[in-house]
Amino acid sequence: MTRFLGTETEYGISSPSDPMLSPILSSTHAVVALSALTTHARSRWDYEEEYPLRDVRGFDIRRYHTVPVVDADAVGVANVVLDNGARYYVDHAHPEYSSPECSNAWDAMIYNIAGDMVLNQAREILDNLAEQGVSTLKGHPPCAPIKIYKNNVDGKGASYGAHENYLYDRRIPFATIAQSLIPFFVARQVVAGAGRLGIGEKGEIDAFQISQRADYFYQDISLETTLNRGIINTRDEPHADTEKYGRLHVIVGDANMSQTANFLKLGMTSLVLDAVEAGVDFHDLHLGDPVGELRAVSHDIHLAHRIKLSDGREFSALELLEEYRRRITPRTQVDHQVVELWDEVTGLLAEDPLRTSHLLDWTAKWALMKSYLDRGVAIGDAKLKLIDLQYTDVDPQRSLYHALVRKGRMVTLVEPSTIEAAMHEPPTDSRAWLRGVLVREFGAAIIAASWQTVVLEANGKEYRLNMPELAGLGKGELNTVIEAAAGDPVALVEALQDPAFAHKLQVID
Amino acid sequence: MSTTHSQLTGGGPGPEESSENSILSTSQAHVQVNTSVTDDLLDEIDDLLEENAEDFVRSYIQKGGE
Repeated sequence: MTRFLGTETEYGISSPSDPMLSPILSSTHAVVALSALTTHARSRWDYEEEYPLRDVRGFDIRRYHTVPVVDADAVGVANVVLDNGARYYVDHAHPEYSSPECSNAWDAMIYNIAGDMVLNQAREILDNLAEQGVSTLKGHPPCAPIKIYKNNVDGKGASYGAHENYLYDRRIPFATIAQSLIPFFVARQVVAGAGRLGIGEKGEIDAFQISQRADYFYQDISLETTLNRGIINTRDEPHADTEKYGRLHVIVGDANMSQTANFLKLGMTSLVLDAVEAGVDFHDLHLGDPVGELRAVSHDIHLAHRIKLSDGREFSALELLEEYRRRITPRTQVDHQVVELWDEVTGLLAEDPLRTSHLLDWTAKWALMKSYLDRGVAIGDAKLKLIDLQYTDVDPQRSLYHALVRKGRMVTLVEPSTIEAAMHEPPTDSRAWLRGVLVREFGAAIIAASWQTVVLEANGKEYRLNMPELAGLGKGELNTVIEAAAGDPVALVEALQDPAFAHKLQVID
Repeated sequence: MSTTHSQLTGGGPGPEESSENSILSTSQAHVQVNTSVTDDLLDEIDDLLEENAEDFVRSYIQKGGE
């Protein structure tokens, strides 16, 4: 079984020049404007008015020279599937980007970062529309300039998530997965933490910690996501064949700017899941107080904290990661790349965490802050809190992370052109490919699209495509069929009803 | 065993990195593993930072999410 995976990022959003603007509204602007101009979403929307655009400078606006004006509250308006198979929508007053399903951690990293570019493009489109006095939301003025942050806290007590999703074999008991992963999630913070200035939900203590999210978790295991969060989340919505598959929904991680941190977070976790499914035993690593240890590890930037296992042994976070490292087995090329980087990064962390400040988010942030501290700035100074926030700005012109990249101070793993391509092209080896191609090539016929289904209209009838498998519906399997249909939904539906596809794709009318 | 020279600072693929798509050989930045933050860099960061840190940070308020 290929361990498909993907990420969901809730972005922070603000409009400093108009602080009274509701974030639900600004998020809706961000989703609708980008969708109106870069997707076929408008074919599903209900609208009467359109505004002509006199200026489409700079955007890949392929055929639209007008913009629809929609009702901000209309169902389904601020919820779209992008050409790359991702979902882009408003959730809890945040714009959210859910990446397409990827077959490996390398692609998953690329498609996660592509979300940052999507959000930045949304920001630019809104600026452009505002310059022309145009708003896509009926009864609302053009959106004030927005700022988008890829982080998890606002410093006043609110927290929002960066989630990971991993396909797993449902024959494995969930309790086994949960107990195997809890110590791992506690330990992996030292690699994947994004750094946070402030300890305590409201940042009551002026001190730096490794993780953004650690202080917002209260349970080992919980279904809840907005309060009383658990290190393991028990949501059970596989969006796939429910008898074969589960989707592990991980909410404990931080949003990462760093490509290295992203790649390692996703790759290391995938490898541990592979080991669990292969029957490797982790129960000896059971912790006495996982929530306490999650925080204790995060609060110790010297990585010295001793985590207490239930059997009495004590490990540092790096030593615990070493236990996991010993028990995993890399198989694919990407697995080997993960392991290479795992060893490199943990080796550097062991020497001195700041030796990773060109690789990991928390040490990159801490290196910057520490240099201000060394020059006499107080730990409680707002400038340091601003560094914490502005590091995560998705606008490359404003972002401290992107400034570090430009100055050669932060490693990137792929070219910007790779990320740009991922904004528009779906992964070729999962059902995301079919979804992305359908919304792009058959957009006018699409009535609805979600993870497992696409509803389209052909010859006045509705057809629901059900995709219970993530594999086998990629470019390799379906490109010929798609091309042969040549944009005609009737031909497409007929071709997809071929019995050869029946076990992976059902066409229901 | 950790190495003194991060492989990510290398100029090109080393002998053990000859596989295609080796992530170390395709990483894009030739980065100094020099963790000292120079005055130069701090000046640039300073220029980038939003004006009035206090107000900016204070007014960044979010609704909680998942």
